[in-house]
Amino acid sequence: MNAPPAPPLRKFGTAVPRLEDRRFLMGAGNYVDDQLFPGQTWAAFVRSPHGHAAIRSIDTRAARAAPGVIAVLTGADFASLPPMPCGWMIHSRDGEPMRVGERRVVATQRVRYVGEPVAVVIAESRDAARDAADLVEVDWDELPAVADVAAAAADGAPELHANAPGNLAFDWELGDSAAVEAAMARSAHCVTLTLRNNRLVPNAIEPRAINARWDPVEEKLDIRMTHQNPIGMRMFYAAVYGLAAEHRLRIVSPDVGGGFGSKAHNYPEEVAVAFAAKLVGRPVKWTAERTEAFLTDAHGRDHLSTATLALDPDGRFLALRVDTLAAMGAYLSSTGSLIPTYMYATMLSGQYAIPAIHCRTRAIYTNTAPVDAYRGAGRPEAAYLVERMVGLAARRLAIDEAEIRRRNLIRHFPYRTPVEWVYDSGNYEAGLDQALALADWAGFPARKAEAAARGRLRGIGMSAYVEACGIGPSAILARLGAGAGMWDSAEVRVHPAGTVEVLSGAHSHGQGHATAIAQLVADRFGIPMEQVSVIQGDTDRIQAGTGTYGSRASVGMSATARACDRIIEKAKRIAGHLLAVPAETVDFADGLFASAATNATLSFGELAFAAHAASGFPTDEIEPGLVAQSFFDPPNFTFPSGVHVAEIEIDPETGQTEVVGFAAADDFGVLANPMIVEGQVMGGVAQGLGQALLETCVYDPETAQLMTASFMDYAMPRADSFPELRLGFGCTPSPSNPLGMKGCGEAGAIGAPAAVINAVCHALDIDHIDMPATAERVWEILEARRREQG
Amino acid sequence: MHAFAYCRPAALADALRELAADAEARPLAGGQTLLPVMRARLAAPSRLVDLARVRELTGIAAAPGGLRLGAMETHAAIAEHPAVKRLAPALARLAGGIGDPQVRNRGTIGGSLANNDPAACYPAALLALGAAIETDRRTLAAEDFFTGLFATALAPGELVVAVQVPAAPAAAYVKFPQPASRFALVGAFVLRTEAGYRVAITGGGMGVFRWTEAEAALDSGATGADLAGVPLDPELFTGDLHASARYRRALARVAVARALADPAFAA
Repeated sequence: MNAPPAPPLRKFGTAVPRLEDRRFLMGAGNYVDDQLFPGQTWAAFVRSPHGHAAIRSIDTRAARAAPGVIAVLTGADFASLPPMPCGWMIHSRDGEPMRVGERRVVATQRVRYVGEPVAVVIAESRDAARDAADLVEVDWDELPAVADVAAAAADGAPELHANAPGNLAFDWELGDSAAVEAAMARSAHCVTLTLRNNRLVPNAIEPRAINARWDPVEEKLDIRMTHQNPIGMRMFYAAVYGLAAEHRLRIVSPDVGGGFGSKAHNYPEEVAVAFAAKLVGRPVKWTAERTEAFLTDAHGRDHLSTATLALDPDGRFLALRVDTLAAMGAYLSSTGSLIPTYMYATMLSGQYAIPAIHCRTRAIYTNTAPVDAYRGAGRPEAAYLVERMVGLAARRLAIDEAEIRRRNLIRHFPYRTPVEWVYDSGNYEAGLDQALALADWAGFPARKAEAAARGRLRGIGMSAYVEACGIGPSAILARLGAGAGMWDSAEVRVHPAGTVEVLSGAHSHGQGHATAIAQLVADRFGIPMEQVSVIQGDTDRIQAGTGTYGSRASVGMSATARACDRIIEKAKRIAGHLLAVPAETVDFADGLFASAATNATLSFGELAFAAHAASGFPTDEIEPGLVAQSFFDPPNFTFPSGVHVAEIEIDPETGQTEVVGFAAADDFGVLANPMIVEGQVMGGVAQGLGQALLETCVYDPETAQLMTASFMDYAMPRADSFPELRLGFGCTPSPSNPLGMKGCGEAGAIGAPAAVINAVCHALDIDHIDMPATAERVWEILEARRREQG
Repeated sequence: MHAFAYCRPAALADALRELAADAEARPLAGGQTLLPVMRARLAAPSRLVDLARVRELTGIAAAPGGLRLGAMETHAAIAEHPAVKRLAPALARLAGGIGDPQVRNRGTIGGSLANNDPAACYPAALLALGAAIETDRRTLAAEDFFTGLFATALAPGELVVAVQVPAAPAAAYVKFPQPASRFALVGAFVLRTEAGYRVAITGGGMGVFRWTEAEAALDSGATGADLAGVPLDPELFTGDLHASARYRRALARVAVARALADPAFAA
């Protein structure tokens, strides 16, 4: 046989340039809005201009008579569809199931947030649809509205849903309240804080979009939709709405221009378009305008919490009590109930050994866009709360922020917290030390003095987080209320010429899966990355998968690795026959099948060809072909951790805060591609800094009108909003999957906000300031101090 | 966006004729305000008369006593032009701080002036500098041109042709940007000439204005540090989502003091 090729360099774990970037940089990306079906029509939505109103009547006559209009559909046309479901059942403390306010695909009697769809116009062009939508006349009966979570929870607030008195969707708890009470009674110190986690708009660069075509001959619904979980949506559309049989329903999510969670949900507009395509018998397309994205993409965060941390005389944490009001928006979104419960309260132990924790979460309906998962999804809210409490405790007890954390760190794994989870692995003290070194924590006093000489207030702050990624196993999640399994799947197909196709159940919306998966497979098979292609996001090609959210690519990557291993096992058996040696003596390394029993070898390509030639091995014992599939259901979550340090300067005359230094030491376990990971951390930190200093979604408290409905009013972080980031990585491999990966997509957004606010509080020498710490908020504090000092 | 007709004349006379022929026609300069407003369907002109090719509206050149800037010159062109940098360096820096590179490469001085956004930067400069605005039919002093919120002395169909700016070696502009739009939350343009100081404030919310009390104080020898006690009418400031009137007023004092600290005033 041929001379062995030189073993390829290992790709997994190295900073390989992204395979995707060629098409993106050449402007050759392929998005839903780029594509047309023959006979294309367009949809435009008529939306509620009111935060809360009853619909007296809708007059569509003028719209139907407008040029190019094919159909004008109102709620009555969608009456056969069931209400929008929330996929996670939460039970209140009294055992009652959550009170689900009915959300119609298109409102019929009442609207509960600005932007809620009340009619949809289908027309021959986008502009014709928009023009006709303006002609739909709705006779509104305005109702009192409430946008703020505390106001909505107060007595006498306007109520959104008759089946949810007090606007309460559920009153849930986790942890041992009595143990917390007892620990507080014997504690030396208690610190208490009320803090708000500001509402955020996700702002993916590509807005939501769908194009749906009904084939009446095949009875097949063919959908193009920008989404993080097309296979999940196929199940929803088939099983919940009956739009088509699941095997006759194709959803393709091509390139997806960001999502941050906001494209993991099931939205009414997309259901309405898919349904309308069947109704009118022509393909229907809708792409959200930016204003529609602000109004109707599921928002993130919006908590108001009061917390108390109890400590012993040495600053060791004894107990944490948290009471949270979580805004749900007008309706429970797809996983809206999950975010402030099992994605939040379960993370309240942070990196610390806290013997007793109790969290009460009241989920409150408000006249706003629904709230659901947004980058971090509950974990940023938890990390922010815990790390603000720790920052406050350090200040009150006059202990260095690093030192008080060091005294309380969890040091042994696995570690069972008092709030459900078992942390799989970590080395928190190493992360703390790495962050202190990256940030030059010890050198801060000199920098502060230098800043003071320039008239600037300098502060340093820290945040140590743990998050839960790679969500699974399915059985535990089902016990906690999940409506779907949380495994992932991959099918690996080896072609006769030795190239490989991976059908992955995950779906990249910017994470670079095509690169990371190709790195993994190339190494497993000892072939160049160029011989591997990764297919995602087409349900006709990939039948099983759960999409991408919650930094869960490690699950799909693990399924891919297992499928590769199954192929290698089979290939070894074939190689045994071809080399005439016992199969158990065949080794496979660096793309070569070899056996100590012979000098002969087989390359991966030769074996692939032989497997399909199907001669030279007994096909009654070993089937021809080299294809394997794996479903990986992880035994536990993974638990990435990290320590972020922010250093800021404040201009005392204007209150303007500038982030002058930022260091992040993260432990994501094994890294598939450090360059991609660094990009994920940078993007996450940018969003975290945005939340801390700039971003906030504001509704008028009286009218529930969205005040920040464009980029002219909603402040996004930009390149000049933060300094060069100093990044470091530790590595404790996760035992929760065969690759030791943990997940990195959300860490920056989780770690950064508390680090920044702790730094601002440090610079100002105050207990707390709410996010975003805008220039005016800071100035008000300084101005009040100047007045006091006369 | 509603449907509209479009034309792109090459001569001023043609542009004026197109505008005069259709009461619902609107001139299009850089489109940085008009196009987003049209996209939001808040404006629906029947016709856009694109001024991009109108030759009479272009050109930056030294003129007696200062500069003449064509209305269709972009912020980027003004920021980078050697004559502007030499004769009115503060104006060049102001233009270079508007929006972002995309805005600066499309937005024009004429479009900005005609729009008169109460948070725009140019109005502060033109008012402080005592600039003159040439239109197709007359020349207006800056103080007569800016008449209120998004309001100017322009008659319907009247076009800004050019801006005459006096040379201003001792001048500076300081802006505190609104973090989302990066328009001026407050901006202050300060000019010193042999005749004395002129101080103009933009972003207060009620439109650009001169802080005459500060001008008088500075003429009497006050410094930036002394401005804290100089009266500044609270009625000139309004609050919104991004800042209270109180904060804007405080920022105005800081902006003027920092402008006065500019090296341009050292000589």
